[in-house]
Amino acid sequence: MWIYEKKLQYPVRVSTCNPMLAKFLIEQYGGADGELAAALRYLNQRYTIPDRVIGLLTDIGTEEFAHLEMIATMVYKLTKDATPEQLKTAGLGDHYVDHGKDLFYHNAAGVPFTATYIQAKGDPITDLYEDIAAEEKARATYQWIINMSDDTDLNDALRFLREREIVHSQRFREAVEILKEEQGKKKIF
Amino acid sequence: MKQVPAEYYQLLEQLQVVDFVLVELTLYLDTHNEDLEAIKQFNHHAKERKQIKKQFESQFGPLQQFGNSYSGYPWNWDDSPWPWQV
Amino acid sequence: MNTHFKTYYPYVSPFDPCKPMVKKTYSTPPNLYLGFQPPNLPQFTPMEALRAGTLWKPLYDPWYSPYEKGKKGVPS
Repeated sequence: MWIYEKKLQYPVRVSTCNPMLAKFLIEQYGGADGELAAALRYLNQRYTIPDRVIGLLTDIGTEEFAHLEMIATMVYKLTKDATPEQLKTAGLGDHYVDHGKDLFYHNAAGVPFTATYIQAKGDPITDLYEDIAAEEKARATYQWIINMSDDTDLNDALRFLREREIVHSQRFREAVEILKEEQGKKKIF
Repeated sequence: MKQVPAEYYQLLEQLQVVDFVLVELTLYLDTHNEDLEAIKQFNHHAKERKQIKKQFESQFGPLQQFGNSYSGYPWNWDDSPWPWQV
Repeated sequence: MNTHFKTYYPYVSPFDPCKPMVKKTYSTPPNLYLGFQPPNLPQFTPMEALRAGTLWKPLYDPWYSPYEKGKKGVPS
C-alpha cells in the first residue's frame, strides 16, 4: 500500500502571478511525458519485471507521485487567485470554462490524459529502454518550460525536477546493465 | 488569516533535506545492493529523520496517518495547511 | 570530464525568414557518460544535495533559462 506524507519533496515557491506558466506546467501534470504518466508506467511494469529491479521501479514510481504533487502545487499557486480575465489572457479560458479552478489531467494543449502514453511491452529490456527514453523526454520538457519562464523561484523547483530525471535515467541504465549481466558472474567495478 | 510560523518552514526544510538524501541513497542502493558504506550512511540518516519527524510533529501535527503518526486531541491529521497551501 | 552540452551549426539559407541562430546547442547530461555508477563518488552536503536535485556531484547538471544568470559550481 502507499502512505501519504503531509509535505512536499522540495520547497516550491512561485514569485510572480503569471497564470500562463500554469498552462505550460500542466504538460508535466497530464502530458505524455509528465509525472502522472511516469508514475503509472513504472508502477505498472514492476509486476512482471525480474525481481532484481522491482524495488527500483517501485521507488522511482513512488517518487514520481511526489513530483506530480509539486507540479500541482505550482499550478495551484499560479491560478488560485487569478481572475477569469487573467485566465483568459493566459490562454486558460478554455480550461476555466470546463474545469473552473480545478486541475485536470491534460497536456499544455488541452488534450486529455490517455493510457496510451504508457508503454508496457512485457519485455524487460524493452520496458527499461522505454523508461530511459521517458526520463530523457521529461528532462527535455523541463528545459523548454524553464526557457519560457522568467520566474526564478519557480525555475529553481523545475531545475530540481529536471535533475531528478537525470538521476532516474542513470538508475534505469544501471537496471539494464544488471539484467544483461551474464548469470552467475559477480559484478566487478 | 492564520499563518504558520517561520519555524514551520525551517523544520520542514530540515526534514526535506534529510529525506532527500534518503531518497537518493534508496535509488542508489536499489542498483548497488552490496555497498556497505552507502548502507551505513542510509541507516545513519534514517535515524536522524526519526528525530526530526518527532520534533516536527510535536509542533505542527502528524506527517502521516493510518497509524504511522500519533494523533493529538481533537483529531489533527486533517488540519490545514496542506503542503500545496503553505 | 565531459561537457554537458554540444553545439552544431545548421546551414543558413539567404532565404531564411528569421534571423539565423547560427550556433545551436543540445544537452548531453552526465548520465550519458557515467556508466554503472562506481562506489564512493563525491557527494554534496545534505543541504546542497536538496538544492542540486542530486546527492552525487558528478551527476549535477543544472539548466537555466535565458532570463536567468546561470550559476556554476555548488548549488545555493
